Amino acid sequence: MNNGHFWGYRRANGRMGARNHVIILPVDDISNRTAEAVAANVPGTLPLPHAYGRLQFGADLELFFRTLIGIGSNPNVAAAVVIGIEPRWSERIAQGIAKTGKPVEAFSIEGRGDLETTAKAARAAARLLQDASEVRREKAPLSELWVSAKCGESDTTTGLASCPTVGRFFERLIEQGGTAFFGETSELTGGEHLVAERMKTPQLREKFMAMFRDYAEMIERTGEDLLGSQPTEGNIAGGLSTIEEKALGNIEKIGRLKVDGVLSPAETPAHKGLHFMDTSSAAAECVTLFAAAGAAVHLFPTGQGNVIGNPVLPVVKLSGNPKTVSTMSEHIDVDVSQLLRGEINLDEAADRLSDITVRAACGRLTCAEVLGHREFVLTKLHRSA
Amino acid sequence: MGKNGANSSPDFLVHNPQDSVGVAVVDLAPKATARGRLLSGEALPPLTSRDAVPLGHKLALKDVAKGDRVIKYGQVIGEATAAIPAGAHVHTHNLRGLRWGKKEKQ
Repeated sequence: MNNGHFWGYRRANGRMGARNHVIILPVDDISNRTAEAVAANVPGTLPLPHAYGRLQFGADLELFFRTLIGIGSNPNVAAAVVIGIEPRWSERIAQGIAKTGKPVEAFSIEGRGDLETTAKAARAAARLLQDASEVRREKAPLSELWVSAKCGESDTTTGLASCPTVGRFFERLIEQGGTAFFGETSELTGGEHLVAERMKTPQLREKFMAMFRDYAEMIERTGEDLLGSQPTEGNIAGGLSTIEEKALGNIEKIGRLKVDGVLSPAETPAHKGLHFMDTSSAAAECVTLFAAAGAAVHLFPTGQGNVIGNPVLPVVKLSGNPKTVSTMSEHIDVDVSQLLRGEINLDEAADRLSDITVRAACGRLTCAEVLGHREFVLTKLHRSA
Repeated sequence: MGKNGANSSPDFLVHNPQDSVGVAVVDLAPKATARGRLLSGEALPPLTSRDAVPLGHKLALKDVAKGDRVIKYGQVIGEATAAIPAGAHVHTHNLRGLRWGKKEKQ
């Protein structure tokens, strides 16, 4: 598999990144404006505006901090400028990121205003960007590349071709001692027993099933069923009839692997192997949580053509639907539709995915990156106070 | 699509030998002779489509009675809400999941 190596950025904590972003991270919605002003003044930095960060509490607030600190700690990030309305939360996030050893500076707007804060933060951002520009890629074994996977706008070709291709790639990656993630708790419905059987220990199985039941109960408590939204309109157009059928295709992403870990949303794994993370199945929320956990590249199988990207992670899209790879070719990095015609086998499909994934890890821009897709969406567990 | 021979490309694929449905990998016209293959590579007996089955949609590999479980990946993906003859298009009009969406029927 590409001699089992790639060229990435070695961070102070030892992790390997595929990108070298200097991020401008707002702590809250009302600091987005300043974060974007800083990025406008220092082109080449990456602003990450989002909708939340005020009056959150409890588990929802913990997840918020874990996600923002995780994003700043991601190995694709060289340095971070954190900007919030108040100093305390800005400092808390900056200190969390600083534990990785990377440069980070915090600013707050209250008592200064947008303009003075912008000037100060932009000077810091300019310095950090210049320093980051001197970091060079170095060679590392592929096992040091953390890779996540989540599919979207699925159809039956997802279960026939693109998800099994990821599964085969993951089998190789884990065999080499790598680290990989999958999630989408509610979209395992109908196949959760199969995932449970893959858990390496009874403790992991119990933890996984508790997360699955909690998610199902959360949905049931609303009194709604998901028939109106699951399978989605796109799923149905693509031939998927039921959530069970969708889930069974989804699970193909883990190949024949056992599961080594079960993670809370945005939790960084403490050991290598394949990890399940408790996530929403909404693409941008899920990929953002994987980025916060430390994934450096994301693999995105699609059937009908989901266009998602992420600001911090290169998202590699693959499709087995011959219509989609033709009508939406600018979005698809890897075409595995020949699997449907029996013209290539799964190993050959995985070779293609591996080739593009390694090249993306080495710096090749993915379709989502060149098209400017930067969907950064925080998961919210409940209403703010 | 190709007419004969194990090397020509299939018209539908089947995940598991136990499955009651296959997936069209070409747009199938009604009354077409469709050639199927298991994902493991083994050729299946040809099947005559009853309906138009678009690429990616399912067709029944055998007669399925109303209320019977429908099997794909060797697993239950739902139950037939109408009798489904072999070769028919199988989708939301004659297949319902067992896990979600039961409320509307109660």
